Order: sequence, then C-alpha cells, then structure tokens
Amino acid sequence: MNGIHDLGGMHGMGPVNPETDEPVFHADWERRVFALMMAIPGSVYNIDEFRHAIERMEAAEYLSTSYYEHWLHCLEVLMIEKGQFERAELEAAWSNAASAANGSA
Amino acid sequence: MADHDHTEPPSDTALRVKALESLLLEKGLVEADTLDAIIQLYEHNVGPQNGAKVVARAWSDPDYKARLLADATPAIAELGYGGVQGEDMVVVENTSDVHNLLVCTLCSCYPWPVLGLPPVWYKAAPYRARAVSEPRAVLKEFGVEIREGVEVRVWDSTAELRYMVLPERPAGTEGLGEDELAALVTRDSMIGVALVEST
Repeated sequence: MNGIHDLGGMHGMGPVNPETDEPVFHADWERRVFALMMAIPGSVYNIDEFRHAIERMEAAEYLSTSYYEHWLHCLEVLMIEKGQFERAELEAAWSNAASAANGSA
Repeated sequence: MADHDHTEPPSDTALRVKALESLLLEKGLVEADTLDAIIQLYEHNVGPQNGAKVVARAWSDPDYKARLLADATPAIAELGYGGVQGEDMVVVENTSDVHNLLVCTLCSCYPWPVLGLPPVWYKAAPYRARAVSEPRAVLKEFGVEIREGVEVRVWDSTAELRYMVLPERPAGTEGLGEDELAALVTRDSMIGVALVEST
C-alpha cells in the first residue's frame, strides 16, 4: 500500500536531530504501550495486521503523532476489530481513567 | 465519516494508555507481571552492549568473523543473543572501500537482540526519508565524512530481515582484549552513522 508511511526519498523532512544520551523510553506511558504490544498473545493479531492498521492512519495524524502513539492507535483499532472488546468498553475505560485521575488529584 | 456516537479519545495520552491497559488486564489478555518483565528486559538487559560484544569477537577471532558474515543469525546466537526482531540477521562489514548504513524507510525495523530498541531519530521521518536519497549528507550531520571513492551502501530493513553493521576496527587497538574492544563500539557505529574511535 502506497502512503505517507512509505517515506524513502521523500523531500522536505528537515534535519535528523539525534538526541544525546537518549533514554530507551521518554515517558512511562511509552513503556506501558510497548509492553502491552509485546504481551498480547500472537494469536490475537499478526504483524501484518498491525502493519496494515498503521498504514490506515490518516497522513496528517501519522506525521503529527509519535511512534508509540502510532502503536497505541493500532492496538485500540485492532482489539476492537478482533472482537476483544467493544468501542463502548474502551470509551468507558477512558472515562474511568479520567475519573480516577481527577479523584486522586 | 462522522462518528457522532463516539467519544473522542482523551487528549492526555497517558490516560488513554492507562485505560487500554486496564481493559486488557480486565479481559485477561495480558498480565501485570508479564508487562513489568518485558519492560525490565528491554529497558535494562537488551541493548547495544550485546552487539558490541559481537563486534569485538569478530575483530578478535577471524573464524568467528567469517561465520558472522556468512550466516549472522547462528553466529550471533553463539554469544547468546537472538529472538524477537532478530530472527533473521545479516551483518554487513565496513572496509576501507565500503561504508554501510542501515535504515527502515517504512517504519522502524531494527535488530533488537543486538542493538535494543531503536532511537527516536531512526523511527522519525527525516532519517527514513533521507538515508536512501542522500546518505552522505545524512552522515555528515552525524559528523561522519565519507571519502570520495568509498562506496556507501544503504540497507533498508524489513520485518523479516534485520541488518547490523560490523564497523572497521580502529588503528591502535591491536593490543586490546575483547572487553576493551567492546567498550569502544557504539550503537551508532553498528547502525553506520558513526565510526569507531580508538579512544
């Protein structure tokens, strides 16, 4: 599939900007997304299905979000598509997490 | 497509991740202990220190180097490294005539067992776009000047096949043992965006 993810040779991307002494993860949520991705059993989805979920991201969203945000997006999409939970359950989990965060603030 | 029935995800990414994690735990798809073990492994145990040992062995043992270049996966396994994202490995050797550079233009494929998880710049648009079209300019940004007449080879990694660069052994390291050599080898030198310096 041709799309924004196919970046080889594309112009206008600017300098590379490597980070000095870069940590493995830049935020705790990145650790958690990485671990979730690795821990979900391989029988739920395969790497090509994950790849396809990334390739279906909108170009603007793809370029404006970080690497582990791509993963988060794909995990949400795939779990729903694979029938592991309903979109409504995910939305309920969002409001629970928000309430918990407010409650502990 | 308007999804009027749908709530937008929270703008706070950490909250969104917490929600997903709690749902996956509740469904029994993942277990908390497993998540912690995975994080521990990739944050502390797997990293370029592994690849550096492979390089140091190749510099010290010509037979090992021959095995590594002929069929990298089993040669790397001799040192105990292998598994996820390193199932099929190819090692490419830098020489006085050839400089090798790794990229994954489509995403982030990278040899995890020997280099750990890739840095952000490796996964970001500028490097992926430019490494294949103007590798010498990219190398210059990393402070590496490749002489005219030296061929630059760029290897585009895939989900199935991962590369690692065997950097050139620097002059003045003849007397060093494997541990001392490994200490000189950087992550960037095994991606091909740096050379190994003797001090």
